[in-house]
Amino acid sequence: MGILFEDGNFSLFYHGFLQTIELSAISALFALLLGGVLAAFRVSPVPVLRAFGTGWVMVFRNTPLTLLFFGVVFALPRLDVHLSSFTFAVMALSAYTGAFVCEVLRSGINTVPLGQAEAARSLGMGFGQTLGTIVLPQAARSVLPPMSSIFIALPRNSAVAGAFNVPELFSTQKAFDEKGYPIFVTFFWIALAYLLVSFTVSAVFRVLEKQLAVAR
Amino acid sequence: MSTQNATVLYDAPGPRARIRYAVAGVLGTLGIAALGWYAYSRLADAGQFSGDMWSVFEYTAVQQRILDGALATLKAFGLAAVFSVVFGTLLAAGRLSDHRWLRVPTTGVVEFFRAMPLLIMIFALYRAVFPAEPMWALVIGLTLYNGAVQAEIIRTGIQTLPRGQGEAAYALGMRKTQVMLSVLVPQAIRSMLPTIIGQLVVTLKDTSLGYIITYPELLYAGKLIASNTSTPDGYPYIPMVLVIAPIYIGLCLALTALAKWLEARGRRGANRRTSAAA
Repeated sequence: MGILFEDGNFSLFYHGFLQTIELSAISALFALLLGGVLAAFRVSPVPVLRAFGTGWVMVFRNTPLTLLFFGVVFALPRLDVHLSSFTFAVMALSAYTGAFVCEVLRSGINTVPLGQAEAARSLGMGFGQTLGTIVLPQAARSVLPPMSSIFIALPRNSAVAGAFNVPELFSTQKAFDEKGYPIFVTFFWIALAYLLVSFTVSAVFRVLEKQLAVAR
Repeated sequence: MSTQNATVLYDAPGPRARIRYAVAGVLGTLGIAALGWYAYSRLADAGQFSGDMWSVFEYTAVQQRILDGALATLKAFGLAAVFSVVFGTLLAAGRLSDHRWLRVPTTGVVEFFRAMPLLIMIFALYRAVFPAEPMWALVIGLTLYNGAVQAEIIRTGIQTLPRGQGEAAYALGMRKTQVMLSVLVPQAIRSMLPTIIGQLVVTLKDTSLGYIITYPELLYAGKLIASNTSTPDGYPYIPMVLVIAPIYIGLCLALTALAKWLEARGRRGANRRTSAAA
């Protein structure tokens, strides 16, 4: 069990851990932005935009993440797009996660009863007021639980990036394996790191849910 | 305009709003068309649509290898699907057990495998247990992770059943195992079937992780073909992605369609039952 604290292994592990967190955090940010835009497309009154959102979600939700990484890492350089492996990983992860975020946001908006919006309009509220003070706050409550499972899944999915040249925790596992350490000891430490990340994310969402909860 | 109904976001549009929507529609179409044209021209400029790039798909040997890859994907998926539902049922039964010594460890197992990245487990299994058989590393990794997720789905299904179901079975003198196996689990699986199949779509997508541990599934076969084919315009990676992605998407959509069909069918059956009772 002590392999982590010998032979400079700790700095390898630590950097892998930081890289996993960095990759997940940046991808989460872009996935939220992309998912927000796509959800706005999917609920917009313009059919073309709706079709675009639907198409995007259909393609990216049903494509394996590994294939997406493969496509980004092997195909884009052939189109003279040369970026770092990290940027490629962020692109693949946020395109994939964005599709899921879009679906959650859309179904969250759809759970708000029509009468709420009608009442707001009858009171003379404009589009911005209806959206900002009536629809979105109510949608946020039903969105949080599925959103938390998406963002707990994101750091787990980010492990695939390790197979495509990003030095995160899966790469650390491979590096320890190549150094000849017993795989179960390595697995123990890597597992611990991922459990830490996923428990932190779920704790954050629990706090958010508690803050947004209303007594009914 | 009866088709333009009000939604929670927008009131039914008046004449000016309809004009605005039409303008936005035209602008949106132009924008998307420009995006599509840009993507197409980038691909065409890089010679990705040249005949040489695509001629590799004319060989029957290549077609056969892609088909073999797809079959290997389906084989891993089939095994993992069956094992994960069985494993999930066992775990769900364990979590609902009356015995603390069974309930607590099962809960731990479920929570652990749900929180672990699949790739980390598959790689550890591949290196430690199955160095020569990546397929079993993939299948067992998929079973552990998806089994834990299926267990939560089935457990939710059992807990949302009316309590009278279990009580009636006990009143008839059934034993715990009988109540679980012949009354609760079949109903839970039936009501959760769409969700279970939704998780099977995830299982199907995750078989592509086999690529990383060199299991010759669809993506791995595609990569081997592309990297062994040299054309004047370079290696046909992009044509390969354009061929493989629709196969995966088609398989996933077929499974999703099955889930939707079952959901519609289940609703119909439930309605029939209630109307007969009333």
